[in-house]
Amino acid sequence: MAEDQDKILEEVTGSEYKYGFSSDIETETIPKGLNEDVVRIISAKKEEPEWLLEYRLKAFEYWKTLEQPNWAKLNIAPIDFQDIIYYAAPKQKPQLDSMDDVDPELKATFDKLGIPLEEQKILSGVAVDAVIDSVSVKTTFKETLAEKGIIFCSFSEAVKEFPDLVKKYMGSVVPYTDNFFGALNNAVFSDGSFVYIPKGVRCPIELSTYFRINAMNTGQFERTLIVADDDSYVSYLEGCTAPQRDENQLHAAIVEIVAMERAEVKYSTVQNWYPGDKNGKGGIYNFVTKRALCKGDYSKVMWTQVETGSAITWKYPSCVLMGDHSIGEFYSVAVTNNHQQADTGTKMIHIGKNTSSLIVSKGVSAGKSQNSYRGLVRVNKKAENARNFSQCDSLLMGDQCGAHTFPYLEINNSSAVVEHEATTSKIGEDQIFYCNTRGLSTEDAVGLIVNGYVKEVINQLPMEFAVEAQKLLQISLEGSVG
Amino acid sequence: MLEIKDLHAKIDDKEILRGINLTVKPGEVHAIMGPNGSGKSTLSSVLAGSEVFDVSEGSASFYGKDLLDMPAEDRAREGLFYSFQYPVEIPGVSMVNFMRTAVNEHRKYNELKPYTASEFLKLMREKKKLVEIDSNLTNRSVNEGFSGGEKKKNEIFQMAMLQPKVAILDETDSGLDIDALRIVANGVNKLKSENNATIVITHYQRLLDHIVPDFVHVLYKGRIVMSAGKELAHELEEKGYDWIKKQFED
Repeated sequence: MAEDQDKILEEVTGSEYKYGFSSDIETETIPKGLNEDVVRIISAKKEEPEWLLEYRLKAFEYWKTLEQPNWAKLNIAPIDFQDIIYYAAPKQKPQLDSMDDVDPELKATFDKLGIPLEEQKILSGVAVDAVIDSVSVKTTFKETLAEKGIIFCSFSEAVKEFPDLVKKYMGSVVPYTDNFFGALNNAVFSDGSFVYIPKGVRCPIELSTYFRINAMNTGQFERTLIVADDDSYVSYLEGCTAPQRDENQLHAAIVEIVAMERAEVKYSTVQNWYPGDKNGKGGIYNFVTKRALCKGDYSKVMWTQVETGSAITWKYPSCVLMGDHSIGEFYSVAVTNNHQQADTGTKMIHIGKNTSSLIVSKGVSAGKSQNSYRGLVRVNKKAENARNFSQCDSLLMGDQCGAHTFPYLEINNSSAVVEHEATTSKIGEDQIFYCNTRGLSTEDAVGLIVNGYVKEVINQLPMEFAVEAQKLLQISLEGSVG
Repeated sequence: MLEIKDLHAKIDDKEILRGINLTVKPGEVHAIMGPNGSGKSTLSSVLAGSEVFDVSEGSASFYGKDLLDMPAEDRAREGLFYSFQYPVEIPGVSMVNFMRTAVNEHRKYNELKPYTASEFLKLMREKKKLVEIDSNLTNRSVNEGFSGGEKKKNEIFQMAMLQPKVAILDETDSGLDIDALRIVANGVNKLKSENNATIVITHYQRLLDHIVPDFVHVLYKGRIVMSAGKELAHELEEKGYDWIKKQFED
């Protein structure tokens, strides 16, 4: 019996990472290492204005005073920040007029990833910004969106075309002094996406960014800034993959969201960075700062994440509920297998009156992995009638993994109503046997049970994404029994 | 169709089944009765493919195939159905999705095309009507928050959907009120045909008033110690199990 379990768990660990290929794209990189000159080079390569360079330098100076934090329940091998390349870009013609100008190898890469860059595929209704290594390669559907006044472009482009907007909002949610990896990103970020939805506009299509690390020894530091003006709505999707490499690669991104009065933003992530091999070699360090500011009254931000990849995940998509009646929601599925480690959760900061937040976190641990939920609910003194409900469930497979829950509650107003529910369970042998007696194989049974367990979260994803996420779960946990 | 010979099974070196012999033919209803701890539930879960028990001796063949050599899912696909005494809850998995997966797995095994959504829903409507199951139950997660009676009805509904050749009903009457008992028994009777067989495991005569057996077997200390027609059940109801215990004390 125990042997069977081991065998099945072994099979799981054997499942291959589908996106582990690397592409032979001509890449322009700068030498390894980090110093003031590197920051200046990056800024110069991007032809940035003086204020942005100064911003980067300030962030870099600040970063130098910090030490890498170690409060998370993670075991991180020391990172040599001088051993990382901070800028890598596919070599390309200066101007891309049509898809014909894109490096065919690059196009092939995106085909393999199933990303609809081709114009005809765009009709499927998703606008895509593709970021490979350090730069944004191509943003689709831009003209159609422009008719409604929606801006969706690469971050570098936004700096050039819409400097006032960028200057106004960049760093307004995550200041460069926020944290170690955030400060680093502010110093060396290379590209990312920028979204602006004007007043009263409902973005008619899903906006999507696809991140891909390709070059070796390269860190990826992108940033995303989404501004939703009064009465607007946008749904934004993010997907990520990386090639299979023996060394760890660092991904330290920043996502900032600003929601003005009555604006609503949905941000969905399916994170599938390379998780390392079954012995824990290689894989991406995914250390990301994501935060939303519900600035206006009645604004609403919803984070949904399905985290299956990365050797180490360290991220807490958060909501600062500043506007009265604003709402923050966080739905998360974090799956860890083999030697993966995840410390993820959210922060809900209640500042305005009558604010509410909802947290639904579902952890699935298999193999020898460690999976932690860490969440903070803070109700400030003046936040009358704040409301929070948190539900944190952990599912264990096998007896070599760990699941941990660290909920922090800081309540400074007695009118607050805060609820926390947590469960830990194993996939029961009785559940699997029940499925078996109905003609389901053990693998199918596990897939069914896990997908049932995470359904609440998957249901929040846009349809196409939900189907993909379900498949991803099935693949990454095929047959693991506890 | 089902032939069990000298079946022995144990758990942690404790022998629970000590040589079971039983032959079931199409169209028959067998009742297996016996006091607590006699091995009734062990027999049914061993036949269904539970790995909790070790089969140490004996054989079981199902239409000529070695039943004990098959994993539980293949036994189900071959046409063996096991109705649980305590049906298991699977949160978040809808009955519809669960049954559709199960039915299509059976079809795949038998080299049939999977049902389309509309074919499947039609089948489900028919079977729901047949076993008088509430529409609501099939919209909920598998057994989650079901009452005892609802769970048992749900087992019979699944049996109707999967159309087994042999169904083993493990204490299907436990925890049922009289109305639920009638519905469950009616369901079983409607599904009965000359091509399939039913093995009813129960403590009480009560269920056998509704599902009338052709044979009644008494299981005691891991062996079938007595077999007769349906009148045996009445005799047991009157006299209790003590006289059997006395007679077969080691």
